[in-house]
Amino acid sequence: MAECNVDELLAKAQQDEAEKLRSITVHKELDLEFDVGNLLAIDNNRIETRDFKGQNKEEFLRSLARDNTQLLINEIWKLPTERVEEVIVAKLPEPTTLLPREKRPPKAKPATKWEQFAKLKGIQKKKKTNLVWDENAKEWRRRWGYKRVKDDTKEWLIEVPENADPNEDQFAKRVTAKKERVAKNELNRLRNIARSQKGKVPGVGLTPTAQQSKDDLGRAVTVAKTSTASMGRFQDRLPKEKPAKNMGKKRKFEPLIGDFSNERQKQLELLKVLGNKTPKLDITKAVNKQMREEDREEAAAKYRKGAGKKGRKGNNMSGKGKGKGGKGKGVKGKGGKPGGGGGGGGGGKKRSKAGKH
Amino acid sequence: MDGVVKPKTRQSKRFLESRAPKLTENVKNAMIMKGGNTSQVVSQTLKNIYSLKKPTALLYKKKNITRPFEDSTSMEFFSKKTDCSLFLFGSHNKKRPNNLIFGRLFDFHVLDMIELGIEKYMSLSDVKGKTCPEGTKPMLVFAGDSFNTDNEYKRLKSLLIDFFRGPTVSAVRLAGLEHVLHFTALDGKIYMRSYRCLLKMSGCRTPRIELEEIGPSLDLVLRRTHLASDDLYKLAHKQPKALKPKKKKNISHDVFGTKFGRVHMQPQDLTKLQTRKMKGLRKRKGEAMADEGKKAKIVNGQS
Repeated sequence: MAECNVDELLAKAQQDEAEKLRSITVHKELDLEFDVGNLLAIDNNRIETRDFKGQNKEEFLRSLARDNTQLLINEIWKLPTERVEEVIVAKLPEPTTLLPREKRPPKAKPATKWEQFAKLKGIQKKKKTNLVWDENAKEWRRRWGYKRVKDDTKEWLIEVPENADPNEDQFAKRVTAKKERVAKNELNRLRNIARSQKGKVPGVGLTPTAQQSKDDLGRAVTVAKTSTASMGRFQDRLPKEKPAKNMGKKRKFEPLIGDFSNERQKQLELLKVLGNKTPKLDITKAVNKQMREEDREEAAAKYRKGAGKKGRKGNNMSGKGKGKGGKGKGVKGKGGKPGGGGGGGGGGKKRSKAGKH
Repeated sequence: MDGVVKPKTRQSKRFLESRAPKLTENVKNAMIMKGGNTSQVVSQTLKNIYSLKKPTALLYKKKNITRPFEDSTSMEFFSKKTDCSLFLFGSHNKKRPNNLIFGRLFDFHVLDMIELGIEKYMSLSDVKGKTCPEGTKPMLVFAGDSFNTDNEYKRLKSLLIDFFRGPTVSAVRLAGLEHVLHFTALDGKIYMRSYRCLLKMSGCRTPRIELEEIGPSLDLVLRRTHLASDDLYKLAHKQPKALKPKKKKNISHDVFGTKFGRVHMQPQDLTKLQTRKMKGLRKRKGEAMADEGKKAKIVNGQS
């Protein structure tokens, strides 16, 4: 008897459970794909157009939506919950759908000069406290900033050091020293940025320094002007500025798909030159160089003779002397070879003209 | 000129930091704009979608005479200025009536653009019942096998998820799961319906869902698309290394799911092992010496 009762009870309990679950179970042919992190459900079951057209469209869509939402809610209710300020909250997992990013991932910044040095030496950063005890004011003051502990600018008395000029303004000296330190810091910061971006930092003469001479400025202007695609020919000039004499040659590029025979010719010549073990000799160039060299030697000999006779000739020939100096520089620079001498002569000529500006 | 010009105020510094590329990104903002000519359907739809996406969307009032499919530079310019990587462009002309272009950008360049035409439409204001408060994270459901098979539909699904999912949260209030957006792809058309879900008592813990239709309901048809090339798409999905979950070393699982780990020890002398002390078996002084003597004898004998 008891057994029958137990069996009956069990059967009844099962039935009850089934009934309870019936209200939330949904029958689908294919299971849905869930991405609970995004509160997303994807239903891949085929939708029969017959059903769609037969019933009222909205009703069909609504029942479909209800089923799918029920399944999604079932999934969400399986998550672990916790109570946060009288509200029951379910903890969501990470979203699984891969979606494209908004921007590129950030690049690691290259180390600054100091950071490299610190890494090399093993220097660690020491974390400093924000507040420091100030004995004079008997309270905690900031380490830097408004109302800081050691504020140089607020001092009303500065002792004149022994070896300093008594008429010098020590307060102004402090102010200028600070300005210089700030400017130096800024320069270093910009240099770090330029180095990290691998940008070309302009040469020493072109970065702004405190005192720039007329030559420096002139040089900076010419460099800036000629750094265009047409070598500065179309740059605006100031009203009384004279046009620059030596512009430099603008590189001319052949069109990409132009003269095929010309291109073929050039490529074959290039191959020939590469293939040769002995250097090709351009007779006209060599002869011209030799002639120029001979001319120069004659002129040098004459000049020495002339300088010996009339001492003042050196002054008159100052321009040419400069030119010679330039040529000499050029020769030295290229190792003094006769081929180098010709090239140096050309370079020297350019330099002398720049000097004349 | 990043880095060269430093921000002078803390507010501007925070602003620049929020716009800088990060490991985990912000919520994507959307810009909703009108084209040269718009019909009432289109303008109302744009307003409704703006209200769906309220805090993370920008609605432009003026008309912008551009054609996103021909020239995407103005979109890119706007996105750079407002830091929005999603856009919705509505227009209306005779050739393409009631046109909506959903688009997204990667690194301020257009990634995908999909043009949809509105066939039938019901606005938020037509609905009688109560609407969901703005800013609720909606549940998204996509039905129809074409969302999984057709390439264009797959991209559209990804775009719609991107557009309508809210900010990524770690936990969600169970009573606050009210809004459901349901997209059905059927017969070349896409039906978008928005419902408010009511959690009814069921016998067990999980509630039974009843849906009440609210909000904009659109019947859309797919028109032109401009999808990103595969490698650009791949590049856009590249996650930075730091976000990858760190693999714990030394943990392995076998077929049955048992977790194994390895413990490395130094070689032990098992003769000197400390086992349980049994007082009775402990050797007395005299016996110990005799034992040692025996051992020594044996050793000598052998050697």
